Amino acid sequence: MKKILIIGATSAIAEATARIFALRGDNLFLLARDQERLSVIANDLKVRGANDVHTWAYNASGQHDNETFFANAIEQLGGIDILFVAHGILPDQKSCEASVEHTLNAFEINATSVFAILTYFANIFEAQNHGSIAVISSVAGDRGRQSNYVYGAAKGAVSIFLQGLRHRLAKSGVQVLTIKPGFVDTPMTASFSKGALWAKPEQIARLIVRALDRKKSVVYTPWFWGGIMLIIRLVPDWIFHKTRL
Amino acid sequence: MLISGWGQYPDAEAEILNPVSGDALQRNLQDEDAKSFIARGLGRSYGDSSLSSTVISTKYLNRFHSFDDETGILSCDAGVSLDDILDVFVPKGWFPTVTPGTRFVTVGGAIASDVHGKNHHNVGTFCDHVLSFRILIASGEIFNCSPSENRDLFLATCGGMGLTGVILDASIRLQKIESSFIEETTYKAANLKECLELFTEYRSATYSVAWIDCLKQGKELGRSLLMLGNHSEKGGYVDLKKATSSIPFNMPGFCLNKYSVGAFNSLYYGRVRAQIQERHVHYGPYFYPLDGIGNWTRLYGAKGFVQYQFVIPKDAGLEGMTCVLEKISQSGAGSFLSVLKVFGKGNDNLLSFPFEGYTLALDFKVSPRTFELLDQLDVIVHDYGGRIYLTKDARMSDRVFQKGYPEWEAFQSVRERYGAVGIFASLQSKRLGLDVEH
Repeated sequence: MKKILIIGATSAIAEATARIFALRGDNLFLLARDQERLSVIANDLKVRGANDVHTWAYNASGQHDNETFFANAIEQLGGIDILFVAHGILPDQKSCEASVEHTLNAFEINATSVFAILTYFANIFEAQNHGSIAVISSVAGDRGRQSNYVYGAAKGAVSIFLQGLRHRLAKSGVQVLTIKPGFVDTPMTASFSKGALWAKPEQIARLIVRALDRKKSVVYTPWFWGGIMLIIRLVPDWIFHKTRL
Repeated sequence: MLISGWGQYPDAEAEILNPVSGDALQRNLQDEDAKSFIARGLGRSYGDSSLSSTVISTKYLNRFHSFDDETGILSCDAGVSLDDILDVFVPKGWFPTVTPGTRFVTVGGAIASDVHGKNHHNVGTFCDHVLSFRILIASGEIFNCSPSENRDLFLATCGGMGLTGVILDASIRLQKIESSFIEETTYKAANLKECLELFTEYRSATYSVAWIDCLKQGKELGRSLLMLGNHSEKGGYVDLKKATSSIPFNMPGFCLNKYSVGAFNSLYYGRVRAQIQERHVHYGPYFYPLDGIGNWTRLYGAKGFVQYQFVIPKDAGLEGMTCVLEKISQSGAGSFLSVLKVFGKGNDNLLSFPFEGYTLALDFKVSPRTFELLDQLDVIVHDYGGRIYLTKDARMSDRVFQKGYPEWEAFQSVRERYGAVGIFASLQSKRLGLDVEH
């Protein structure tokens, strides 16, 4: 029975992942903005078999001085084996291009707040010498593209941060998992028309849990995005700039 | 987006709404009050019952609320699937009291179709084990319904094909099981008469269904395998890894013809060597053999297929079934999966399909000849006092519907009382004359 803290627990990927943890009988602590939605999810996870489910309302953006808050959560949970960071927003690229505020706000939620959380938890995990930190980044962070580089920049920053953290925590035996989903059919992407590359949150969740179990470092979900992004990273600018990606 | 039912026929352009909560759904209804809606779960009804210009998907309404492990009563959202229920509850020793032949149906869909299973002769339909549900009606109000509370809306919604409103959540009763396994016994029947006699003889079996070879004629007409099942006490709770072979693309339609189906039928019948065969089998392959083959409907080709399931009263049994089977075998239209079952008593739901008698489910690839044959079958079914299953229907006429479902006027008056007419409508309800075309 693992003790798992999930931030952004109302996101579709986080919820699907929590359902797998629940079937295994884990102890869960869920954080997200909307307490009402959290309690609906908590009830569901209890029926599915979670040993215990705690929920607290938490807003990742704005305040980064959360040490006491997190310390209390860990105490309630009785320790921590897995931290799963899944919150984020998909900003509208066009409106970011027109507004400094939108751009910085998106970066704040998708990157700065993650750094703040990880700075605190890295020390906890380093001191206890075990456990897993899993964070949802994105394939969008692998190369800046005109269609979503504000989102991509934040996810890229998160990926680099995790890379460094993994380096630091390797000697403590702590797993740091960077999750890079491709297109996922969730309420966050409801307005997109979906093609063959789109995956379901349940599928992403299974791959996340498998990567956690196998102590992976970086996982593309589904796997084929590793190949796609390798090609996208290798395409020279003079060709890339002719695309509308 | 272009959508269709499970038979891939017909298809229609639809705007899909994906409300993430009951509140969001209420707002959807208010926003778009000029349009007509139909709720859709996993899209397993075969024809046009879940098609409309605006479709409300219940895919994000999929949470469990509570479970009482004394009584087996489960409360959950309408978008929760039987697949999910099986994954969570079989290891705890519980099983749906009634399950259709696929695990990929939602609780809301199972209520709207009032689905039945191989144990209908013992326990009735899915809705006979629904204690209550909440439904959002056209005005935006939410009603609690049960056999005693708002009974009129309960009776119209159970089997009502989503035409009264959107079911939000429900309380259903699960049954206790001792293991994940079924003791299956298969009997060979040389013809229809033998098969029906075996059904009567073994009516005490928990589950019973017969696969029937529709291409045989004369003395072999209705050659079949009767498969009985009882929950086993042995084997423990085992999660069988779900089989995941898949038909990757639509097969050319000509691949299914009377020769290929005839060959399949002979192999399938011949596979069972002994007169009686016993197996200890996992519930997965027993109840959901086709779920193991993703997109199996593609076997029927790009034009899709139609299912045809009817029931005729018990006293019409042998004679009526013989008449239908003769018609089919003469036509040579191969039905790949032909399933015969004896129904127990019906219930009070206004549009529920099952009543005491014999039911046969057939499928045919879409072609002009198929539609001609089905029109002829309609006449026979009607002459014997039968009806056709709305969940599988894609082509029945309004006249055939009205004759088969004498309570349709009572159903329509409940819809009027709750403001549903014209608001909750499907291509099927328009075809059947329950709603008008715009």
